[in-house]
Amino acid sequence: MIDFVKRLFGQSGSSATAKERLRLVLLSDHLSLAPELIDQMKHDLVEVISRYVQVDKSKIEVGVERQDASVALMANIPIVSVHRPSGGTPTDTASPPIASPPAPSTASASVAAAPNVSSPGLDRAAGTQAQRRKRRRKGAAPGAPAPAVTPAHAT
Amino acid sequence: MQPLEHIDDVAEPAAVKLGRAIVVTSGKGGVGKTTTTANLGTALAQRGARVAVIDADVGLRNLDIVMGLESRVRHHVLDVLEEKVSLDEALVPDKNSATLFLLAAAQEREKDDVDTEKMRALVARLREQFDYVLIDSPAGIERGFQNAVVGAQEAIVVCTPEVSAVRDVDRVVGLLGNQFHPQLIINRLRPQLVRKGKMLSVEDVNAILRLPLLGVIADEPEIVVTTNRGTPLALDGTNKTGAAYQAIAARIAGEDVPAPTVEIRESFADRLSAFFGGRRS
Repeated sequence: MIDFVKRLFGQSGSSATAKERLRLVLLSDHLSLAPELIDQMKHDLVEVISRYVQVDKSKIEVGVERQDASVALMANIPIVSVHRPSGGTPTDTASPPIASPPAPSTASASVAAAPNVSSPGLDRAAGTQAQRRKRRRKGAAPGAPAPAVTPAHAT
Repeated sequence: MQPLEHIDDVAEPAAVKLGRAIVVTSGKGGVGKTTTTANLGTALAQRGARVAVIDADVGLRNLDIVMGLESRVRHHVLDVLEEKVSLDEALVPDKNSATLFLLAAAQEREKDDVDTEKMRALVARLREQFDYVLIDSPAGIERGFQNAVVGAQEAIVVCTPEVSAVRDVDRVVGLLGNQFHPQLIINRLRPQLVRKGKMLSVEDVNAILRLPLLGVIADEPEIVVTTNRGTPLALDGTNKTGAAYQAIAARIAGEDVPAPTVEIRESFADRLSAFFGGRRS
């Protein structure tokens, strides 16, 4: 019956696929063509994360990755140490902070590509669905302290 | 790549009314830049404007054959840039419109042979003589494109409703920056495919590109036939597509006419026949 109605009143065909593919490819095109934006984001990310943990600024990698149905901002931010709790500094109470781990552990966070970044050349990009994930990089030392950033899940 | 440089008109004497130099470009090849240039040049000239069209596709000359002027070409744009002949000697008068002239591309030369600064100066000279200077850009975003753009103040981007063409136009518009006020012509739209959901619609394309829409040209057999003959369809206002080119020219000239569009609604009879035909996407 649904098929009947669809056939009678028209339906979206391959043009819908074309639209979605274009939206995603242009999103990553625009991001990869705006290196100064990535640099600025990297700077701001470090600023925020440094309030909680000490990071290795020389080894930070931020880039855009194309996945099947989304474009994600991938950030690799090696953590050197976790700040001791003092005077209202928020820390992850679930795992006790370790002052100086033997080797820097690495938190790798993937945050949603900004839907409406207001930057020339970017503002024409359509938004992507909000998506936040967080993962531990493969090969991270077992028993390394949990990254101090709390994962936030898809909205 | 940095956004392209743009020259301001501030230094020019106020007494001289300069023409408008408009580059017709797209990034992708084969979307109809040359056909568009020939038809818009014709339509503007038919309105009485003095128009020069320049083929900037050095090495792949085509505007002359699309306009039916291939047998009249004696000299080309590089002859003028290299001062072998005067500009007046190289301008080929059109056979249909008395105020339309063609400056052909050099066929046996390469795009790198064109001196960018000389090209800028040539377009500036043409603007003194003509109301409109339309520059037919080659495909790509390299030297040939840069030379086509260098003397222009405005841009018309031609896009077909295909993912590759839309992506390339997006890139070109990014390269042009804000100065060229790019306006969009959607070319080769197939209304039947759009209404079946098998082709990007005008709205789909412009939801992505977000450019002022100059007009839509349907994919009609008449375009092929008139191009075969070398008589631009814009001469024929009784033809729907010819009239669409004329409406686009009127909009370029600043007239407040609606952008030509293409009827994509289907009748109930169409739906019924499609239904009983059992179409699929």
